[in-house]
Amino acid sequence: MWDYLKLIGLGLMAILAAIAANYAHDLAYQVNAVTVMLAAGISFLFVLRTAGDPRPNLQHEYFDGVVRAGAIATAFWGVVGFLVGVVIATQLAFPQLNFEWAQGYLNFGRLRPLHTSAVIFAFGGNALIMSSFYIVQRTSAARLFGGSLGWFVFWGWQLVIVLAATGYVLGATQGKEYAEPVWYVDILITVVWVAFLVAFMGTLFKRKEPHIYVANWFLLAMILTVAMLHLVNNAAIPVSIFGSAQVQLYAGVQDAMVQWWYGHNAVGFFLTAGFLGMMYYFVPKQAERPVYSYKLSIIHFWALIFLYIWAGPHHLHYTALPDWASTLGMVFSVILWMPSWGGMINGLMTLSGAWDKLRTDPIIRMMVVSIGFYGMSTFEGPMMSIKAVNSLSHYTDWTIGHVHSGALGWNGMITFGVLYYLVPRLWNRERLYSLKLVSWHFWLATIGIVLYASSMWVTGIMEGLMWREVDANGFLVNAFADTVAAKFPMYVVRALGGGLFLTGALIMCYNLWMTVRAQPQRVTQHAAVPAE
Amino acid sequence: MAFLDKHKVIETNATLLMILSLLVVTIGGIVQIVPLFYLENTIEKVEGVRPYTPLELAGRSIYVREGCYGCHSQMIRPMRDEVERYGHYSLAAESMYDRPFQWGSKRTGPDLARVGGRYSDEWHQDHFTNAKSVVPESVMPPYGFLFNNVIDGRYIQDVVATNRMAGVPYTDEMVENALADFKAQVDPLGDFDGLEARYGEGAFGTPVNVRNFDGTDALTEMDALIAYIQVLGTMVDFSTFTPVANR
Repeated sequence: MWDYLKLIGLGLMAILAAIAANYAHDLAYQVNAVTVMLAAGISFLFVLRTAGDPRPNLQHEYFDGVVRAGAIATAFWGVVGFLVGVVIATQLAFPQLNFEWAQGYLNFGRLRPLHTSAVIFAFGGNALIMSSFYIVQRTSAARLFGGSLGWFVFWGWQLVIVLAATGYVLGATQGKEYAEPVWYVDILITVVWVAFLVAFMGTLFKRKEPHIYVANWFLLAMILTVAMLHLVNNAAIPVSIFGSAQVQLYAGVQDAMVQWWYGHNAVGFFLTAGFLGMMYYFVPKQAERPVYSYKLSIIHFWALIFLYIWAGPHHLHYTALPDWASTLGMVFSVILWMPSWGGMINGLMTLSGAWDKLRTDPIIRMMVVSIGFYGMSTFEGPMMSIKAVNSLSHYTDWTIGHVHSGALGWNGMITFGVLYYLVPRLWNRERLYSLKLVSWHFWLATIGIVLYASSMWVTGIMEGLMWREVDANGFLVNAFADTVAAKFPMYVVRALGGGLFLTGALIMCYNLWMTVRAQPQRVTQHAAVPAE
Repeated sequence: MAFLDKHKVIETNATLLMILSLLVVTIGGIVQIVPLFYLENTIEKVEGVRPYTPLELAGRSIYVREGCYGCHSQMIRPMRDEVERYGHYSLAAESMYDRPFQWGSKRTGPDLARVGGRYSDEWHQDHFTNAKSVVPESVMPPYGFLFNNVIDGRYIQDVVATNRMAGVPYTDEMVENALADFKAQVDPLGDFDGLEARYGEGAFGTPVNVRNFDGTDALTEMDALIAYIQVLGTMVDFSTFTPVANR
C-alpha cells in the first residue's frame, strides 16, 4: 500500500516538474525542473522494481547503508568544494581566469556561492548527517527510526545540493550570503530537514540507553536551530511559481539583522554545535578514553547554545544597524569565548593519559589539531567582534582568513579524522590501507591552512591599514586600486595553501578507496550490539 | 554543584531536551530582531528615498544574480577615511526598499553605496567589458555579455507587484505602468513624462535618469545594470537629515 502511495507521489512529482519546465520563466528554473523530473523518475523506477518485495526485519541491525553513502558523499563533495575554492582563489590572483567565453557562468561572482555552499552544506552537511545517523544509533543502541527515512534524507540532501549548485551557475540566487538557494530549493531543504529531525528524534525516543549521550544534545540543538534560522531568514514571496525570482519579506536594516542572525549561527550551529557533537563521540572513541568532564559538558552546552544566537550583529558594526544592537552583539560575542573554550578543553583533556598516541596515531593527531584550530578561531572571533578591532578587520581578507582557519582547520580536520575512523568500520575492514598516507594528508593540510591563514592576516591587516592611511595634510594616501595591487603576492600564497589542502583531501580519497578495495575483511561479522 | 545533578531529568527525556534547547536558542533572536520592526528611530526620517524604477529594479536583480555583493559593499561606515573616500556614511533609510539588502561583507572592490553619478555611462560600459582598460590594477571579471542579453521586461510588472505585496510603497499607477516605465527610461527621445511624474523630481525631489545607458540600440541587461549603478546613493536629500544620538 505504502509503495503505491510512493509511486503515485513520485509520478505526480515528475509530471508537475515536467509542466514547470515547460512554463519556466528562466533557464535556471527550467534546468532545475528537469533535474527534479529526472530525480522523481529514477526514484519511481527504483520503487517500482522493489514494490511488493518482502522486507526482511532488520530491527536488530544498525542502519549503516546510509552512513556508508554519507561517507562517500562527504569525501566527494569535500573535493568538489575545495577544488572550486582553489579555482576562485586563483581567479582573484589571476583575473584572466574569469574566461571571456564563460563569463555568463563561471565568473568569480557566480562561483563563490558555489564554493561556500559546497563546503558548508554539501561537505559539512553530509558530514553532519552521516555522523548524526551513526552516533544516534550507536549511543541509543537502536536502529535508525523510520524505515527508509534515512535514505530520503540522504538523497533529498543530494538533490538540494545539485539544484542549488546548478542554479548558482545559471543565475538563480537569493543574494543573501550562505543562504543563496532560491525559494523552491528552500522549500525542499525544509522538507528534508524535518525528515532529518524526525529520524533523529524518533531514534532517541526508542533508545535503550536511559541517558541521552552528550553528542546528541549538540546534534539535536543543531538540527532545531538550523530549522528555525532557515525558516525565518528565507521568508520570501516568489514572483511566479514558474520562475526562480523572489522578493524578500524583510528589507534593508531588518533584512541585514535577520541575515547575520542566520549567517553567524550557520557557523555557530551548523559548523560548531554539530561538529562538537562529532567531537564528543569520535574523539573519546579514537582515544579510547572517556570524555574529560561531564559537568563541563553540561555547562558549556547550555551556555554555548544560549550565547551563540546573540552574536550575529558583530557582522554589522558601524553600519546603519542601530548601535544598541551591534553593542549587544559585541558583548555576547566576547562572552562566547568562554563556552567555546569549554568545548576545546573538554575535547583536548579527553586525551589525558593518552597523549602518547599523538606519536603513533595520525588520526588522533588530526583530531587534536582540529580542536586546536577550533580554539584558535574561537579566540580570534571574539577578538574581531570588538568594535575597535572590527573597524580595521571588517571588509578585509582577515575575515576570510578567520573563516578558513575555522572551516579548514576545525571542520575539515575533524571530518577527515571521522572518515578515517568510520570507513574501516563501516566496510568491515581490519585497518586503513596506509597510516603513512594519513600522515601525508595531515601535514599537507596543516601546512596548507597555515599558508592560507597567515597570508590572509597579512593582506587583511595591510589593506585595512592602507585604506585608512592619511598624510600630514589629511589626504588619503592610497587609492583603492593600490591596495588591490599590493595584495597580489599574498593571493598567490593563499591559492597555494588551498592547493595543498586539496591535495591532502585527494590523498585521503585514494587511501579510503584502497581501504575498501584492498584491505582484508574483518573476521567477526559485527551485528548490532547494545551501545558500547 | 547540586543543580548539575538535576540535569539527569533533562538528559533522560528527549522531549524535554528538545523543548528546552529550542527555548534557549530563540531568546537572542527575539531580543535583537523584533524591536527593529517597531522602534521608530531604526530608520531615519529623511526625504528623497524612493522605490526603484522598474528598469533599476531589473538592474538590481542582475547585480544580485552576478554575485556582486561577494566583492562590493554598499555600506559606508562613519569613519574618516571612508567618508573621505566614498562620501557621507550610509543611512538605514537608503536601503529601506532593498529586498534583499546588499550591504555586503567584503571589499575586494570598492564600496558602491554612492557610486551613482560618479562615473559616466561610457566609463561603466568600458569597465564592465574589461575592467583593466580603465583600472589597470583591477581583478574584476568581465561582464561584456550583458550587452548581448536583450531584455523585453516581460515579467517586470509581476516583479513590481510582488515588491508591493512585500511592502514597498509602489502605487497602483506604478504597477500598472511598469512595462511602459521600464522601456521609457532608456529612450530620452520618447515620452517619459509618466515615468518622471511617478518617480521623479515632483514626487521625490530628484529627476529620474533617462538615457541610453549602454550606448547600443537595443534594451539590454547592460542598460538595466548601469541604470541601477547610476542611482546608487543619489536619492537622499541630506538637508533633511539630522543625526540622533540615541540610535
